[in-house]
Amino acid sequence: MGIIEREGFFTTKLETLINWTRKNSLWPMPMGLSCCAIEMMSFAGPRFDVSRFGSEVFRFSPRQSDVMIVAGTTTYKMAKVVRKIYDQMPDPKWVISMGACASSGGMYRTYSVVQGIDLFLPVDIYVAGCPPRSDSVLKALLQLQEKIQRGETFVQTKKGTIET
Amino acid sequence: MIETKEKSKKSKILEALESQDVSAYFEDPLENEMILNMGPQHPATHGVLRLLIRLNGETIIGTVPEVGYLHRGYEKLAENMTFHEYIPHTDRLDYLSPLANNVAYVLAVEKLAGIEVPKRAQFIRVVIAEMARIMSHLVAVGSTAMDVGALTVLLWCFREREKLQDIQDIFTGVRFTTSFTRIGGLANDMSDESIGALKNFLGEFPGKLDEIERLLLKNRIFIQRCEGVGVISKHDAIAMGLTGPNLRASGVQHDLRRDEPYLVYPELDFDIPVYEDGDSLARFYLRLEEMKESVKIIRQALDKLPVGPINAALPKKVLPRKENIYSKMEELIQDFMLINFGISMPVGEIYHAIENSKGELGFYISSLGQGSPWRLKIHAPSFMNIQVLPILLKNHLISDVVAIIGSIDPVMGEADK
Amino acid sequence: MKNLKQVLLDKLANNFNISNESTQECQGDLTIVIPKEKLLDICTFLRDDFELSFDMCKDVVGVDYNRHEYRFEVVYNLYSLKNKFRFLLKVKVDESNIHIPSVVDIWPGANWPEREVYDFFGIIFDRHPDLRRIYMPEEFEYFPLRKEFPLMGIHGSIPLPYK
Repeated sequence: MGIIEREGFFTTKLETLINWTRKNSLWPMPMGLSCCAIEMMSFAGPRFDVSRFGSEVFRFSPRQSDVMIVAGTTTYKMAKVVRKIYDQMPDPKWVISMGACASSGGMYRTYSVVQGIDLFLPVDIYVAGCPPRSDSVLKALLQLQEKIQRGETFVQTKKGTIET
Repeated sequence: MIETKEKSKKSKILEALESQDVSAYFEDPLENEMILNMGPQHPATHGVLRLLIRLNGETIIGTVPEVGYLHRGYEKLAENMTFHEYIPHTDRLDYLSPLANNVAYVLAVEKLAGIEVPKRAQFIRVVIAEMARIMSHLVAVGSTAMDVGALTVLLWCFREREKLQDIQDIFTGVRFTTSFTRIGGLANDMSDESIGALKNFLGEFPGKLDEIERLLLKNRIFIQRCEGVGVISKHDAIAMGLTGPNLRASGVQHDLRRDEPYLVYPELDFDIPVYEDGDSLARFYLRLEEMKESVKIIRQALDKLPVGPINAALPKKVLPRKENIYSKMEELIQDFMLINFGISMPVGEIYHAIENSKGELGFYISSLGQGSPWRLKIHAPSFMNIQVLPILLKNHLISDVVAIIGSIDPVMGEADK
Repeated sequence: MKNLKQVLLDKLANNFNISNESTQECQGDLTIVIPKEKLLDICTFLRDDFELSFDMCKDVVGVDYNRHEYRFEVVYNLYSLKNKFRFLLKVKVDESNIHIPSVVDIWPGANWPEREVYDFFGIIFDRHPDLRRIYMPEEFEYFPLRKEFPLMGIHGSIPLPYK
């Protein structure tokens, strides 16, 4: 990025610009399954105030969201639903696995709990804690923003065209 | 042959809905019968409840609730761990009031083991159980109001809840999942700092509650959406096994704090609010009233708080204090034995229940004298409360569903176990 | 409420020939074991008797004792609002004949608890209006709270979605 003096312009890569806009308006899809959902609610609430980072718009419709926060224990019965909702989200999309249960099954090593949602979903950020404090979820969001800023938006395909 | 295969593919929940004895009748050719699936991922179902609703136009004629999307195998887990190890799991049952669940579980185990807890611990348990009731009712009130469109109330309730969570943080060391009680006592004593913070909170909380009430008491939109909606009669409520605020809103004076007294509740002076209407509005107001009573109880308990130990002096059953484990040989051995082999329990089966914020939270424990329970059954109030949804929803409009589910206040963590 | 306990035991002894030997007591909790054939009659009596009036069936609990005869037990947690009295009513069920009459007609609230017992132990409640699995997926084949079922479950018994 460079600023051309006295002209009122600055130069940057298109990719950087798009990533910058993307990362600052991540709309979460709150997949509130159990206890972590309550901490996720305070994460959106007045005290921790996620709107400072541009993610206050919680969308319960997967079609309108960018990042899915899987908050809570995922059972085998629920796994199909989670996957179905993930599939409905438009690209690009990211997943934050919030809490020990979502990341690894946590304290529930039982017959009905999936031992980590990465068995059926691609996960970008794992948050530790049972449940994680709302601050750690904020940190996860910031890390995801960094990841998006670093990421490649345009991919060279075989035919030579450029696709997003 | 093909036909039977097709038929067997139909999910059982749909079959259950279609087998209900209802008939739809249409005057308007534009209306027709429809089956609507709500949940398990729906903002108004408070978690992962799924409802299959059969509609006649916009009127609900049949409902089949489906639970189990958060079934975590609590009861199987309990059979595979010692009595002490299970305490952290009880936090996550009704995750809106973890402290009260801790109390419920250890009271059941203490009843089985025959442990008498010191007076100070009993008073502190009353305080934390009532704190948990306030925390849970705040979410219930806020989310009901949000479901019918009053978002401000949710934010205000969460603001108050955050204050309580801070007190809980000073008090137990965590904001949320506390695991605070121990068999035979408590993990920590109440510090002066936390008592001061709690008293401060109690001073200003009734005023804040009034503010919340004023937003809703004369709010025509809110009252019209809740009044006369989701009515359950006294007879039905008893027959369906409802407990807690939902039962008392139908005019039944049943509160385990009075009827099967535990801890030091008989020494405290408080009222049990009862409403006669049995509709969503009554359930909503009842929770507001109960919070005021809880404030009263906590104040009295803090005033009467005696001085003394917080753990029973029973080395074979109660875990020693951590600082003693590191410095004394006997305590180290006790700790080793208790952690590895558990408490040796008498043979028999008991049931003990407390009045949790959602209703009667009970534990049935069957013991064969081992360090872990042979069978532990959780009687979860939300489970019984969700069961009445088909009765409540019948003949209501589709837009009333959210007002009814919110007023029943289910928590799927304990309903699904 | 010791008074009511005696009344209850007397009435059961007079009307249904339930001897005092079939009662147990642990830390003040009364358990009465009754034969399976008399379950419906006794339950109807307990609900309708004016003095006893056990109007709430709070819970139905299944237990697997993992022994040769009478492997399972079903425990009904009955409560009388009028007398504020609670006791546990117990029925023994054999593995070879795993049927038991449903009490939903007497206490409608027993509907879901009975489904739960069916889901966990496979005990079939005869004449239950809607006996389906309640927690586990419909296609699940095992009964998870039986003692032979491993805690971690059977690998591959419930499919996960593709990645």
